Amino acid sequence: MSHVIWDRLQFAFTVSFHYLFPQLTMGLALLILILKSLAYWKDDEKYNTAARFWAKIFAVNFVIGVVTGIPMEFQFGTNWARFSNLTGGIIGQPLAMEGMFSFFLESSFLGLFLFAEKKLGPKLHWLSSFLVWLGSWLSGFFIVSTNAWMQHPVGYKLLNNGKFVLKSFWALIFNPWVLWQYLHTMIGAVVTASFVMAGVGAFYLLSGNKHKEWGQLFMRFGVIAGVIASILMVFPTGDQQAQNVDKYQPPTIAAMEGIFKTQANAPIFFIGQPDMQKKKLDNPLYIPGVLSFLTYHRFSGTIKGMNDFKQENLPDNVPLLYYTYHIMVGLGTIFITILLIAVFLLWRGTLFKHKWMLWLIILAAPFPFLANTAGWMTAELGRQPWLVYGLLRTSAGASPNVTGGNTLFTLIGFVGMYFLLGVLYLVLEGSLIRKGPQIQNT
Amino acid sequence: MATLWLVLVSFMVTMYVIFDGFDLGAGMVYWLFAKDEHQRQLVKNSIGPFWDGNEVWLIAGGGVLFLSFPRVYSSSFSGFYLPFIILLWLLILRGISIELRNHVENVIWKSLMDFWFGMSAFLIALFLGAALGNIVRGVNLGGVVNGTAQYSSTYFFATLWTDFGPYGNVGVLDWFTVTMGVTAVVVIFFHGAAWIIKKTDSPLNNRLRSFGAKWSWAIPVLVLITGCMMYFVRAGFYKNYFEYIYLYIFPALGLFASVLIPRAFKNGEDGHPFLYTTVFIFTMLISTLIGMYPDLLPSTNNMNPALTIHNSATSHYGMVVGLVWWCIAMVLVIIYFTFIHRIFAGKMSEETVEY
Repeated sequence: MSHVIWDRLQFAFTVSFHYLFPQLTMGLALLILILKSLAYWKDDEKYNTAARFWAKIFAVNFVIGVVTGIPMEFQFGTNWARFSNLTGGIIGQPLAMEGMFSFFLESSFLGLFLFAEKKLGPKLHWLSSFLVWLGSWLSGFFIVSTNAWMQHPVGYKLLNNGKFVLKSFWALIFNPWVLWQYLHTMIGAVVTASFVMAGVGAFYLLSGNKHKEWGQLFMRFGVIAGVIASILMVFPTGDQQAQNVDKYQPPTIAAMEGIFKTQANAPIFFIGQPDMQKKKLDNPLYIPGVLSFLTYHRFSGTIKGMNDFKQENLPDNVPLLYYTYHIMVGLGTIFITILLIAVFLLWRGTLFKHKWMLWLIILAAPFPFLANTAGWMTAELGRQPWLVYGLLRTSAGASPNVTGGNTLFTLIGFVGMYFLLGVLYLVLEGSLIRKGPQIQNT
Repeated sequence: MATLWLVLVSFMVTMYVIFDGFDLGAGMVYWLFAKDEHQRQLVKNSIGPFWDGNEVWLIAGGGVLFLSFPRVYSSSFSGFYLPFIILLWLLILRGISIELRNHVENVIWKSLMDFWFGMSAFLIALFLGAALGNIVRGVNLGGVVNGTAQYSSTYFFATLWTDFGPYGNVGVLDWFTVTMGVTAVVVIFFHGAAWIIKKTDSPLNNRLRSFGAKWSWAIPVLVLITGCMMYFVRAGFYKNYFEYIYLYIFPALGLFASVLIPRAFKNGEDGHPFLYTTVFIFTMLISTLIGMYPDLLPSTNNMNPALTIHNSATSHYGMVVGLVWWCIAMVLVIIYFTFIHRIFAGKMSEETVEY
């Protein structure tokens, strides 16, 4: 077996685990900023107490995000040395900018935000929460622009020795791929944080009167933020992102949607299992014409199917790509449905009385993590078989000097260590949530 | 331009060693010297709000190396595969043990976290020293065995050890790099002790002071030993010094600072030991850089030449663009660090950073 498979598995595993944390970090950073702003404007200590409680949850989450994030940057070098050597002059730019512009900002002011509320006073403390939010969202931007260059390379010059060097910095930053993927990613993070907040609220409401007031606050907050974010996920960000994939990676859109034959009036499939041997979708459930309509805004639009692309340019794991895409879209639809009902009940003033709704929110709370992961898997599997789309194949990017045995050794180590981290995380966050917000006597 | 970027990369690495050095040293002090809960809490508080920002120097430094010398980044990170990944694991353990210790009120949990904290700090310091040793000594570029290269001249693969000798087909650990590692542990230990004396106030300080006064002589001694070793490991190391005699000012300054350390521990003001260890680390890393120039990764065989700043740098345009935003970012970083160290100026008390 080629060692590249282990390199891919290790990167996929470490990045999937890692991204469970930043998505909550980035989403919560925004929600905490809103809580701090409310506390300041309304001069209501309630919101400060709530912000302090979420800051504790945030801190534990942030630490795991940081420690699992460092291996990501360094794995470009350890496992993907050829890729780093060839493209470092370009993707090194946003990666280094992430460190310089966002990590310093984020970590410095998180220290102040957590440790120095009294020393700073309300205004500067609000400012630190703002800068923590800014740092985390900037960091997201630089990472997404790195990924965007791999998805849709721009602003580069390809030298004779195979190296990519930067030709235009602004082209790299304003890559047409960046904007929608960035917004889609960030708002996805807000969906996660909203569901977590609403889920904790529902948990308090269902477990008696001790934290009832907080339960209502978190529910209201999470449901409203969640419904706005979930709708923005579909329109405009999801829609525009799909347009980009269609424009720049046509084989990928065919694979995501499970379209084998080139056809006008192309259907949208809800369920079905891709059969790569017979080149068809088993047990399909579909509405005709919708995919053509969504893509071209007219039913007669022709969608090119997988059969008409060169096999070596098709994503190398079509079924998985198809499933992750459908999981993401399916879950997103379910979130919107749940949250619209919840907002309706909130407007009627009966949300907190409907136990079934509270249960539904608790049970749904972990799923945005899955939806975001599935979304990234769609992006990354969809980019295959390329590291740099159309220019550098994945198989040509791995370290030539690191054997499969060495990578498997470290992969096993990462699995063990991350399992431990995952258990620790759940135990610690669980105990923080059980304890609930604590009113400070100042 | 490539030289300028070498300076920037080295600057960030040096900042990392100085800033995260005191976190690591504090970790070792914490483990070996801080006996009761009160002292442990104080030591932890002295690094609590800083360590995360300090670690960013490493991450950002890695990013800057990636951007400016992608060939060296890819060569060294893949070549030192196992030690790098093990370092990452240690950094994970270190971060976790600092942040999560006080989340569970349980003696067993706390002592496990204390062990992780001290152990990972010790091993990271050892690793950093050994890493510097590896860079000075060079690696078997191209993986040459018996006159045949296994890879292109960019790549090598260093196993953790081969025959523990610093010549030919070298491993990560040999007598030279291990000595460098031990030196780093000693230096970083005293750097951390000095930080604790500067930032806290407890009976622990007296013990650290008397220990430092008695034993920090080890620093100049170890520096002289490793300095001599460098000559035997790589004769070319002193070439730049022979050519430009005045460059000796840097190692001389470092040595001078290190000689002052024991006295500062004995009866200097609380900030003095830290000042001297900082000056020492700073000048010694500059001295190493001077010896290396213009190599970034020397070769231990004759077939493949060293990776230098000239054959590894990215395009001119990339370096110019990077320089512009790097300067802007650096100004901001200095503002953040000044601000945060001013907010937490003076001695940390036990309550300062409880949350």
